[in-house]
Amino acid sequence: MISMEQCDLLVVGAGPAGMAAATVAATLGVDTVLLDEQPGPGGQIYRSVTTTPVTNKRILGEDYWHGATLVEPLRQSGARYEPGATVWAVSQKTAADPSGFEVAYSVGGEARILQARQLLLATGAQERPVPVPGWTLPGVITAGAGQILLKSSGLVPSGRMVLAGCGPLLYLVAWQYLNAGARIDALLETTPSGRLAQAMPHAWGFLRSPYLAKGLRLMRAVKAGVRIARGVTALEARGDGQLDSVRYEAGGASHTLAADLLMLHQGVVPNVNLSRAMGMEHVWNERLDCWEPAVDAWGASSVPGAGIAGDGAGIAGALAAEHRGRLAALQVAHSLGRIDTARRDRGAAGPRQALARAVRGREFFDILYRAPKEFLRPAGDTIVCRCEEVTAGQVRETVKLGCTGPNQMKSFLRCGMGPCQGRFCGLTVSEIIADELGKHPREVGYYRLRFPTKPLTLGELASLPQTDESIGAVVRLKK
Amino acid sequence: MFKRLDEGTGEAGHATVQITVNDAVVACRQGDSVAAALFAQGISACRDTAVSQAPRGPFCMMGICYDCLVTIDGKPNQQACMTLARDGMAVRRQHGAREVPA
Amino acid sequence: MTKKMDEIEVPEPRHKGIYDAAVIGGGLVGSAIAYGLRRHLDRVTVLDEGDSAYRASRGNFGLVWVQSKGMGMPRYGVWTMASAGHWPALAAELLDKTGVDVHLEQRGGLHILLSDDEVRDRVKFMTGLLAQPGMSSYEWKLLDRNEVADLVPGIGPDVRGATWTPADGIVNPLKLLRALHIAFARDGVDYRPRQPAGEIVHAGGVFQIATPRGTVRAQRIVLAAGLGNPELGGKVGLTLPIRPQRGQIVALERTRRVLETPIATLRQMDEGSWLIGDSQEEAGYADQQTGLPVLATLADRALRTLPALREVRVVRSWAALRIMSQDGFPIYQQSEAFPGAFVATCHSGVTLAAAHALELAPMIAAGELPGDMAPFSTRRFHVQET
Repeated sequence: MISMEQCDLLVVGAGPAGMAAATVAATLGVDTVLLDEQPGPGGQIYRSVTTTPVTNKRILGEDYWHGATLVEPLRQSGARYEPGATVWAVSQKTAADPSGFEVAYSVGGEARILQARQLLLATGAQERPVPVPGWTLPGVITAGAGQILLKSSGLVPSGRMVLAGCGPLLYLVAWQYLNAGARIDALLETTPSGRLAQAMPHAWGFLRSPYLAKGLRLMRAVKAGVRIARGVTALEARGDGQLDSVRYEAGGASHTLAADLLMLHQGVVPNVNLSRAMGMEHVWNERLDCWEPAVDAWGASSVPGAGIAGDGAGIAGALAAEHRGRLAALQVAHSLGRIDTARRDRGAAGPRQALARAVRGREFFDILYRAPKEFLRPAGDTIVCRCEEVTAGQVRETVKLGCTGPNQMKSFLRCGMGPCQGRFCGLTVSEIIADELGKHPREVGYYRLRFPTKPLTLGELASLPQTDESIGAVVRLKK
Repeated sequence: MFKRLDEGTGEAGHATVQITVNDAVVACRQGDSVAAALFAQGISACRDTAVSQAPRGPFCMMGICYDCLVTIDGKPNQQACMTLARDGMAVRRQHGAREVPA
Repeated sequence: MTKKMDEIEVPEPRHKGIYDAAVIGGGLVGSAIAYGLRRHLDRVTVLDEGDSAYRASRGNFGLVWVQSKGMGMPRYGVWTMASAGHWPALAAELLDKTGVDVHLEQRGGLHILLSDDEVRDRVKFMTGLLAQPGMSSYEWKLLDRNEVADLVPGIGPDVRGATWTPADGIVNPLKLLRALHIAFARDGVDYRPRQPAGEIVHAGGVFQIATPRGTVRAQRIVLAAGLGNPELGGKVGLTLPIRPQRGQIVALERTRRVLETPIATLRQMDEGSWLIGDSQEEAGYADQQTGLPVLATLADRALRTLPALREVRVVRSWAALRIMSQDGFPIYQQSEAFPGAFVATCHSGVTLAAAHALELAPMIAAGELPGDMAPFSTRRFHVQET
């Protein structure tokens, strides 16, 4: 029999936004549940922060260890934290309490339902897909994956390793590896030349940002310790069933590097599967080439009673996530009547200031590290949908047949129908269609996503409650 | 392709866990996911796809790519990166589409 | 440089001037009809909506199903049987023309019964169905549990029996749609996406359809726009009592192929994934939400049918709006006030695709629906034509 619990606020995701939000809400007397898929708190940016074997703090750096400071307050707050819990459906209740949500999730292969008056999604970000030829070969992983292996298991590359792409995370990982004494054969930077000039008008913000001093130190160390190739194009992972080399073009010539491990990265984008399946409105972020949920200054989405905090609402980094989590929690406490407007606004003053400081300088980074179109819009045999093995060429051909949108494309080619539910192909498919049609991805649209947002077994689904209406809808005579 | 940070420095202090991978005994650490255990052992491919039998291995390490699927203790399609390695766990490479148990 | 939406011309229409036929709606019904029309007419176009249109075709299970059809309208039973009979020819033609194998399997199908009440009701239903005057006749059997187990190894303990007919089958509906679209490109049918129909005017024997990218003119038009048909029908003197019905389907991951005999509510696709369905809910136009209780009921019945699926994973579910006419039967009709304007709407777009392509389309091309199609007109609803 399915267990049904209740709470005032359900926070999904125990990264910085989720931890901070749950802490503030629970401290203000809101009955709060925090669900997270991983075995410990921290989300991805602070992954394994309570269990990492990398205890020498110099290696992962102080920004990572800041995450540990969020854990104890969470534990003290009274919020009910459940690790290993995967949320896969949210429905808006229609029965006794028409506001509020019924959330289905699984722990250890068992489905459960939680009724929550308010919902806060803090599901963070994922790495943007990097569809280059050969990216599905064993031996090719994301830079984030490499970082997780380091944080959670103390593993560093030991063979020939190449980092490739663009974005601050690439440099952060390189720096952490250098601190750990690991070998990096090359860092292939795909940022096109001329980008710095484009970003310069925003440098003033960057100069006043908290990232400047740290960022410069980090970059200096990486440049000194790693061979960097700039303006890289035509990146390709090669090998027969396993990565053995990386080919690229730079400086007008073609290069091949022997490699056992290739780590790809070109920025992060919000995790939108839950927010889209809930029917929340999303908007296109031009600078970051991705969709993000539309939220107000308190994180409220277009679905009443449901908010989003952290990178899931728009990429702004770990510190910003924390502050947005606190602001969202204050608003929840206010709307549930625990605190009045004056108290909410007093409480919000600090986080708002801190948030403004934390996002200073991001425009500079966003412009500098914007993924080049070549890497957003592959062609030919490059796999676009990893799950169903659909290639870029197939998507392009199908546009020429008259298929002008990602949902029709899904029907024609099955791209987006695999277990990852479009997480690694959605943006690419929208970009390719836009490319073929000469349109903007915003006009092309994205996959229509539905529950379950993570796969679960048929047995688990069958254990959920049925109603007379649901039985009547299914068991009937057909014409 | 991967090594432990404290290898050769005698800084162990982590309980060892023994699993089998395609019947071969593999030692790893308490707290390792099955995917980490595979990487630590130099194994980067853990399955062959259902569509074309192409080899795949863990890719994102955060539970969203579904490329790290392995059969664990007879249960197919388990995400290696989301499963903690436990003593005696039997991990098998998955070939193609999963079976439906008889 | 990005183009504005109404400046796009992909693909480039081949014909300017007046079409012999314009089909409004590019789903399974419209596409099958357009395909069939092209076998008789030179200039055919299909006007389709954009990517987020309701698209009942996406919610289709892929059954080519005869069993159960036609209670209350034997003509529909006959029509369905005819379509099933035409299906092998359509599949072969599509393979030949486009290289796409739609994976038609017509080896019989089962309607599973999970209680003694269900068995009793089903036998009564099937007996009454086939006893109707004018009904098609086909072999059907009530199988007991053991006989079902022979066809479906691992059938669940709750299964009491099933009704079986050799006439039932399955096909891959997405491949069917893709094959039809590739056929358009090969045969020169002008498929116009993102070009929904607006006003329709009839002047000088020619229909003029206003679209965001100019007027499309045709001697005949076929309204095959599903839920868009009532509004369009009103412009050409047809009153169409249809409503949306939400159908939810659950999809399971690929497994090795184990189910060879399809069940009305559970089938395995050629590439190994599974579909469980479907529900029929009166739903208005809100097809966004998937309802959890319905998914639970679908899952529960599937599990009781085939318990071995317990650990197989649900990878997605979807809810599509399907078309239900007032009595559940198709509507095929030529407008009296505007001859040359036809409407085609039905619930089972896959089963009827062959009849649509190979029987209905020739009728439309010839300009007349013969007398035996009369049961399908809206006159049966006693509605006034304007």
